[in-house]
Amino acid sequence: MTFDSPHIRVKDLNVHIGGNHILKNINIDIPDKKVTSFIGPSGCGKTTLLKTLNRLLDRNTDVKIDGQVLLDGQDIYAKGVEVTDIRQKMGLLSQRPFPLPMSIYDNIAYGPRLHGTTKKKDLDIIVEKYLRGVALWDEVKDRLKGSPARLSIGQQQRLCLARGLAVEPEIILGDEPTSALDPVSTQRIEELFLQLKDQYTLVLVTHILRQARRVSDYIVFLYMGEIIEFGPTEEVLLHPKEKLTQEYVKGYIS
Amino acid sequence: MITATVIIASSLFAILWTIVSKGFSSLSWDLISKVPDGGFYIGKSGGILNAIIGSIYITIGSTILGLCISIPVVLYINVYAKKNSWFANITRLTFDILFGIPSIVYGAFGFAIMVYFGLRTSLLAGILTVTLLIIPILARAMDEVLRLTPNELSDATYSLGGTRWETSLILLRQSVPGNLTAILLSFGRAIGDAATVLFTAGYTDSIPTSLGQPTATLPLSIFFQLSSPIDEVQNRAYGAAVILTVIVLILSLASKYFSKKFSKYKI
Repeated sequence: MTFDSPHIRVKDLNVHIGGNHILKNINIDIPDKKVTSFIGPSGCGKTTLLKTLNRLLDRNTDVKIDGQVLLDGQDIYAKGVEVTDIRQKMGLLSQRPFPLPMSIYDNIAYGPRLHGTTKKKDLDIIVEKYLRGVALWDEVKDRLKGSPARLSIGQQQRLCLARGLAVEPEIILGDEPTSALDPVSTQRIEELFLQLKDQYTLVLVTHILRQARRVSDYIVFLYMGEIIEFGPTEEVLLHPKEKLTQEYVKGYIS
Repeated sequence: MITATVIIASSLFAILWTIVSKGFSSLSWDLISKVPDGGFYIGKSGGILNAIIGSIYITIGSTILGLCISIPVVLYINVYAKKNSWFANITRLTFDILFGIPSIVYGAFGFAIMVYFGLRTSLLAGILTVTLLIIPILARAMDEVLRLTPNELSDATYSLGGTRWETSLILLRQSVPGNLTAILLSFGRAIGDAATVLFTAGYTDSIPTSLGQPTATLPLSIFFQLSSPIDEVQNRAYGAAVILTVIVLILSLASKYFSKKFSKYKI
């Protein structure tokens, strides 16, 4: 499936890690301002694929990446590309929230400070804006100087989301962002994703099919490092064309 | 297991009891506030202030110098170099080997260098040699601590557009408690080591006023007094041992306190 002007276009991507062929001939278009979910059994390469999108995979040794990842038509693996700029365009939510070792306020202000916003007045506005954006402001406004360690894990994950949004990315990458959360916190995060897709392109990795169905517009099914099926959510989950997808959706393989 | 624990705990108390019971009689304000008078080593009056100050100079100097060298190395192999790169592995192996070298060998090495350059025993030579001794301890302990910081944390700072340097600062901040322990470990080793300073820092009865002068140290002060046949001088050696132990104890408690304080924001 292709789009006319995808936000991210992955072309002939092959990833080898330590001699293992982890991703094989990946070609996908990730549409702008939609939620695209990567599903598939564990070890199928979905997290690896996600991490190639913001070049977090480069940090490891024995990783060989071939092919192109085009962000608005620009290849992020081309020579001379500033990696920090690429990464700044993509907020990342990891499986477990990891607030930075500083106060709640400084967690949000950290990114803007890196990129040149230093006036306290401006930072105050930013912190309030993004904490409100993830519905955390009312819960933490009296303890902004306090430690994020005292927040519940669901609140921490929303803090991390706000921290990522504060650097004004275009894309949000979520690596099973709700897998450590309780059902209520999960629901809040999912609601946030649905709100956020008005302004951002979202790419999620998930192993929960119901979640993929609730939040995503498009689904990519990966199996053993290959894309088996890519299409609109309802189509892939309810009327899968491929046999492997059918088996996965029905729960025969996991 | 209980037996082993009892053996450990009782040997700690036995050590403390020995040095306190033998050294208590000689503990006095004079001991820690005066330098040796003439005839100090045959039982006349005076104190070991020269050794206390000398030890503190050497320990602080070498710890600062050691940190200046180990922090960049540790950050390089953990943040800048790729994970498990051959450079990082060779660096770790080197530190492991250096770690195992006995301190007298460092002392002899320092001495050989000094002879080569025609230098005399001095505070500076002592600091440099002790620095060599503690770098592997510092670097390896800090390395372990940094390696234990979660990958997600550095992923997070990178994703916010942070550079490797900015990520390094976050990782250091995250690992403050562990790094304090590392510093304390090397501090304890530096303050208590006699063999490295024997040939390099020398021994003198006065407090050094420049890096070029020789200096006394607590371990050597204990050593020289203990080898005296006079009971009073021997007891003063135990007194010096009490002082050395108390200094290490205070540092240990202080590092506990500070590491708690600094880990306030840590998850």
